[in-house]
Order: sequence, then structure tokens, then C-alpha cells
Amino acid sequence: MAQDTVHHESHTKRIWKVFTILSVVTIVEVGFGIWKPEFLNTMFLSMKLLNWIFILLTIYKAYLITWAFMHMEDESKGLRRSVVWTGVFLIIYLSFILLTEGGYVYDVFQNGHKSWNF
Amino acid sequence: MRTINELLQTSMDSTVIETGTENSVWGGGEGVQPLKASYGKMMMWFFILSDALTFSGFLAAYGFSRFKFINSWPIADEVFNHFPFMHGKDAPMYYVALMTFILIFSSVTMVLAVDAGHHMKKSKVAVYMFLTIIGGAIFVGSQAWEWKNFIKGEYGAVETKGGQIYQFVDTEGHRVALKDFAKVLPQERVQHKNKNGIWYEDEKALPSYSIEGVIKGFEAHSNLLVRTQILTEKGGKTILTRQESLTELRKNGKGIVEGANMYKNEYGSPLFANFFFFITGFHGFHVVSGIVINIIIFLNVLLGTYEKRKSYEMVEKVGLYWHFVDLVWVFVFTFFYLV
Repeated sequence: MAQDTVHHESHTKRIWKVFTILSVVTIVEVGFGIWKPEFLNTMFLSMKLLNWIFILLTIYKAYLITWAFMHMEDESKGLRRSVVWTGVFLIIYLSFILLTEGGYVYDVFQNGHKSWNF
Repeated sequence: MRTINELLQTSMDSTVIETGTENSVWGGGEGVQPLKASYGKMMMWFFILSDALTFSGFLAAYGFSRFKFINSWPIADEVFNHFPFMHGKDAPMYYVALMTFILIFSSVTMVLAVDAGHHMKKSKVAVYMFLTIIGGAIFVGSQAWEWKNFIKGEYGAVETKGGQIYQFVDTEGHRVALKDFAKVLPQERVQHKNKNGIWYEDEKALPSYSIEGVIKGFEAHSNLLVRTQILTEKGGKTILTRQESLTELRKNGKGIVEGANMYKNEYGSPLFANFFFFITGFHGFHVVSGIVINIIIFLNVLLGTYEKRKSYEMVEKVGLYWHFVDLVWVFVFTFFYLV
């Protein structure tokens, strides 16, 4: 597109910067996964603190990939919102429902009449 | 005489309805773009959105099953601890981390190709596209190796009558493989072949040992203990005492599990293997189709199609798909290997 070629100066520098951040975050994640420090075993909102860290870092990586690599930052506000908000809302909703249900089924297995210990 | 085309043309002309929106965005027409994105790019975004929801459905289902068996789920870094040329060494997650790097790197070459496309540099686009395709191929190959290890298994385990998995450890807690202690008894079962049966059905390959052989071998090695699937407070697996191990094995031991398939696996819950095969398989399928699409676009770049079109937007569109595949892997990596 004509206006594309006009305002697109080279992004190469930014691309390598984002790649470096993504790599560092991945290394940190793997490091934590192997180290598994004791103090991060504390439960927070029915999950270990360590797992929350993993999830937050993952969302940060997803943000970088979408915004920098997929050029979401250059899209119009309308497109950005209709894709990101829809996805984020439905995914949070689905995870909430399914994980709550999974926890409930676990309780039934533990405290109900059904025994898996044979 | 009028041709069919002319007839069609006139009939189409007569059905055009004046809506009075010709000048607004949704009225369409030349150069009008809703959301300021071209048709193809916008639709690629919405396809990605729907595909993201599909993947999140799978991952949420995985989360459901995991929460359902939260106290007995397999520990991922015990399952995926192989690395090429480091046989027998415990290398938790190094390999998946490497795979993640490969995929992120192929994402970088893709975005560099898109960037070169904006500047109409044909040969640069071609080189970066080629590197992206190579990266994708290496990734799929790595995944195949990972699957091979997962399917083959390493230690083997005993399945109980209730479908639980018992693994074996020595007194220091190190895993012990069945082949290191199980006895091969003389009167082994004969594999059922389809030529013997009335229903012409084969039996699956027999395991290397029988449950009796495992129990005999277990009795002979006094340093062995049974490890159950139940997780301890610290996140490890519960190990039974020697006495408990013997009673449990004799009372509940039913058969041998070596490796993994869709029905049983030596790592623990059968669902773990099901989700592993399905989610990484579905992702691998996306990578493969991404490679195929990349190859097509790569050939088009070489032929100069986009040079003639004066726009490399097609590269940008496949780029979006390729980045999405990388994006999904970031989540699969977290939820399968880290959490």
C-alpha cells in the first residue's frame, strides 16, 4: 500500500530488541522451572506463586509477539480492540468456568463416595 | 449476439440496490477499508482470533483435567527430561526451551521478511522466508523426537486394578527401570495372532515382562520401593515403605505399562498423554500447514509475483499466521512444561 511504504521506516532494531527480551524471559522461566525456589510455593488464589509468575511472564511474551511482531500496534484502534478484547474476555471466562469446575470435581473425588484408591 | 458474460453482467446490474451508503466505510467500493485494514489482513486477524479460542478451549480442558486430578498429575520435568546425545542424563526442559528458541527465532526471521517486504527488497524477503521455513522444519523435527521419547518411555511402570500407575525407585529416590530388576519368567503369555482367532483380530504387542516377573524381581531387590502418583506437600511423589510396596504390588498390581499411547502411559494419568498428543499434535499440524503456506509464498516471492503487485502484503498475512503459531507455542510451553 502506498501509505505503508511511506511511514514504514525499518524496524530491524526494534525486532532484535524484542527478540532479546523474549529470549531473556524464556531463560528466566526455564531457570525458575528448574530451580523451583521454596518461598514461591506459597499458595495465592488457589495456585502456587511460581505458577502465577510463569503465567504473567507468558502473557508478557504474548503481548510482545502480538504488538511488535504482528504489528498490532500499527493497526487501528477498532481492529485492535475487536480482536484483543474479544479473545481476552472469552479466554478468561472459559478458564474461570472450567478450572472452577475441575476443582469441584476434585473435591467430590476426595470427599464423596467415589474412591480411586484401589 | 450477446455472450453469457454480457447477460450475467446486465442481470447483475439490474439487481444492484442503491443503499445510500456508497460514501460511508461499510458501503464498500474502491479504496474503502473498514478498520483501516485490507480485507485479507482483517480476515486473517479474525481467523487468528477464532483459532486462538480453539486452542484456549483445549488448554482450558487440560486445566480442567489437571485441577480434577490436582494431587496426582505427572510432573512435567520428570517426563520431558531428554536431550539429544545426553542419554540417561536428567535434562529437564532444556530441550523444550531449545524448541521455543527455534520457533521464536523463526518468528524473528519472518518479521524481518515482512520488514524487507515493506521496502520492496525482493532478495532479502526471499532469504528471510527461506530461513523461516528451515526454522519451522527444525521445530517439527524436534517435536517428532520429543514424541518418540514420550511414546517409547524410559522406566516402565505397573498398572493397578484401579488404573493407577506405580513407578519404582531405589531407597535414595532415584527412578529404577523395570528392565533393571524384573525377572523374565518361563511360562510367558503367547501373543494372540489374527490367524488363531475367530474374529481375525490381532493382540497389541506384549510387554517385555509380566506382572509376576516384576513382583518376583521386586522381592529379590530389597532396596526397591514403589512410588505412587500422589503428590506430597513439597511437590514430589509419595513413596511407599518397603512393606507397603510389597503388599500393594501383590494385592493390586495388574499389568505392565511401557511408554505411552492413547489409553495408558507410564507417567501417570492417561489424560496426560491424551492432552499431550492432542494439543502438541494440533499445534504441530499448525506448524506444518504454516510451513506449506510459507513455501507457497516463498515461491511467489521468487517468481516476482509481489514485485509485479508492488506490494508484499501477502508476506505480511502469512507472517501473521506464523507469529500466531509461535504465540500458541508460548502458551503450550507454559502450561505443559512449566506450570
